[in-house]
Amino acid sequence: MAEPAVPAVVRPFETIGRRTIELVEALGRFGGFFGLALFSMVTPPFKTRAFIDRLHYIGYRSLLIIILTGAFTGMVLGLQVYLTLSRFGSEAFLGPAVALSLIRELGPVLAALMVTGRAGSALTAEIGIMRITEQIDALTVMALNPFRYLVTPSILAGIVTFPMMTALFDVVGIFGGYLVGVKLLGLSEGTYFGEMRTFVDFHDVMTGFWKSLSFGAIVTWVATYKGFYVGHGAEGVARATTQAVVLASVLILVWDYFLGSILP
Amino acid sequence: MIKVRGLTKSFAGQPVLRGVDLDVPDGSITVIIGRSGGGKSVFLKHLLGLLRPDSGEVMINGTDITHLGARAMDEVRRHYGVVFQGGALFDSLTCFDNVAFPLREKTELGPDEIAKRVEQRLDQVGLVGVGAKYPAEVSGGMRKRVAIARALVTEPEIVFFDEPTTGLDPVLVNTIHRLIHTLHRAFGFTAVMVSHEIPEIFDLADTVAMLHEGRIVAVGPPAAIQSSPNPVVQHFIRGEPELNA
Repeated sequence: MAEPAVPAVVRPFETIGRRTIELVEALGRFGGFFGLALFSMVTPPFKTRAFIDRLHYIGYRSLLIIILTGAFTGMVLGLQVYLTLSRFGSEAFLGPAVALSLIRELGPVLAALMVTGRAGSALTAEIGIMRITEQIDALTVMALNPFRYLVTPSILAGIVTFPMMTALFDVVGIFGGYLVGVKLLGLSEGTYFGEMRTFVDFHDVMTGFWKSLSFGAIVTWVATYKGFYVGHGAEGVARATTQAVVLASVLILVWDYFLGSILP
Repeated sequence: MIKVRGLTKSFAGQPVLRGVDLDVPDGSITVIIGRSGGGKSVFLKHLLGLLRPDSGEVMINGTDITHLGARAMDEVRRHYGVVFQGGALFDSLTCFDNVAFPLREKTELGPDEIAKRVEQRLDQVGLVGVGAKYPAEVSGGMRKRVAIARALVTEPEIVFFDEPTTGLDPVLVNTIHRLIHTLHRAFGFTAVMVSHEIPEIFDLADTVAMLHEGRIVAVGPPAAIQSSPNPVVQHFIRGEPELNA
């Protein structure tokens, strides 16, 4: 039996209600997806080969972009912070200013954003194409769980590689700041590193570590989710890839604020 | 034996299957024909457990799979081999590794035994020396043959073919059909195939079933379908538009 027509005055409320239900369903599916991935991480069988492959895909292949962006971020920081500090006669604090900015904030966030653009989009596209070409269905009908091959290794690899890439970003960035501050602008090397040792402590490093670890989980969770539930055809894959990058980027920034406000 | 009773399925209020009944005898080749968009692939996905019906039963060797959990469904699927329309080969693996994949993941066989079986299957589908190539590096017909080799490498009891010859030239269509016939005689599996290849499938099938507007409107041996008095069947197999179209 056909449903009765909705009066025009009620239609906006019906639309709001329907969209709210769709949003709640999507959030539930999104959360359940991560829960299933966590469950697969701690129960056998473990797909070690797939995990190693993802370490290479997400971590190793992102090294160049991490090094490039880390270096130039450090160099820009070195230049801008020096110019600012010199107004107050505080150039000596260039080292700790660059290091703290990178270790606590810019390193985790920028490294995560770079890898989102490079590896996150590629992950969504790869899994999305597997979905539309029935490769995921092929795994399912072979009585093999696609989660264990595609999702869990990716999320685990993200959790493992993001802190390492962030550390590399920080090191390269600090060196970039050194190149500009010491070699170009004339600050003494002893001052640059000496003040850094005074003001940067273990809590700062751990803040950066927890941020990068959680960003790794977020980026790979979003990327694999969007690929797994891609729409139809090439347009569906393109849309999913864009949505994955945008959503992951926004979540990084939002989560960065919350984490920064609760960590010491 | 596969038995389907009263299968119904709708998507967004649009009915696709409206009460499908079909028996697939053990060891036979059953081909399902019908118009494009008529629900054939949707029907096949119900047999594979990839979709759940709104109502009805799908009995595989006496077990109704429509209510099985994931683990129990995986036990049923261990007896399946599937050839998807595009082959669904894994892009990141070579042809050899694609065929070896089910053996590596589902059996305890050693590398030498796996290599022997894979080479045997590739030889049976006429693809010697292709193992090292990736799916993107071989032709469409070769990809289909690799997909057939992968589907049969675990010696399944039931093999599903979803339009295995779509997009291939007439020579390759006959090659693939002859290959399926030869392998069916060698291994004795039950085959369910969705196909558009009229009249070629009449030489291959033991039973032909026509799916029209969500129901099976004719089922029987190829000769019975070809001489069916049902005008819908006759219009379809002759490629004529229906009178009320």
